[in-house]
Amino acid sequence: MHALANPTRFLRLARPATTWLLLVGLVLAIAGMAAGLVFTPPDYLQGDTVRIMYIHVPSAWLGMAGWAGIAAASVSQLVWRHPLAAVGGRAVAPAGATFAAICLITGSIWGRPTWGTWWEWDGRLTSMLVLFFLYLGYIALGSAERERGGEGRITALYGLVGAINLPIIHYSVLWWRTLHQGESIGLTGSTIDNSILWPLPLTMIGFTCLFVAAALMRMRAELAEAKVEARMRRMGGQ
Amino acid sequence: MNPWPFVTAAYVVAICLTAGLIGWAYASMRRAEIAADALKRK
Repeated sequence: MHALANPTRFLRLARPATTWLLLVGLVLAIAGMAAGLVFTPPDYLQGDTVRIMYIHVPSAWLGMAGWAGIAAASVSQLVWRHPLAAVGGRAVAPAGATFAAICLITGSIWGRPTWGTWWEWDGRLTSMLVLFFLYLGYIALGSAERERGGEGRITALYGLVGAINLPIIHYSVLWWRTLHQGESIGLTGSTIDNSILWPLPLTMIGFTCLFVAAALMRMRAELAEAKVEARMRRMGGQ
Repeated sequence: MNPWPFVTAAYVVAICLTAGLIGWAYASMRRAEIAADALKRK
């Protein structure tokens, strides 16, 4: 991590990485979605609505992973004062918010034919909605602090405190037994049949590559904007 | 209940929002890098 503290070194790696992540992400996400729509059988209970899982599960994972990334960037900024940590946190937030929104919307669309309702104030759904609002707050706070020329320490603290929502989302299905089903995929295995499960890793990896590519592009944009601002200040001072 | 309108709607939302995110991130990156390069050449 500290080897990438130098923005020039970071950019040397980020430029080719962005292109590759975009290409691999597009290929895997399209292949996984096509396979999920065409090549897998319908579920014996849910029927064809199970196909929404191939986009809903990756977006839920990325919504949560995004905030874990923000928390890691916050620690890195507060403890080690990593120069790219604040930029990284701000770059991850729009991608995290987008995937949290996709998770909420696709979950709601899946809920209508399966549960008979678009929305329920269930533990998992509500904690995911809280995560989406946390992202919006982080984006607003981050840009406000940046505009005022702050170091981003308040935003980093907010990122760290917001991480308390991650275990709440994860364990919500155990703590509050309501509509949302329990964990189907764990570290030790899955309760989903392989004939239905196999395209899921494709969309998981594909959307993750696209998420990282979007974050890298935002980091490159912020670094270029900072370069322009610094040059303008120098020119103004002459 | 026919599930396909729901499945289609979910995929359309996911594809449009992801494409929008990637498009916005790419456009903002290109705009910022072009501005930085132009200023460097001055």
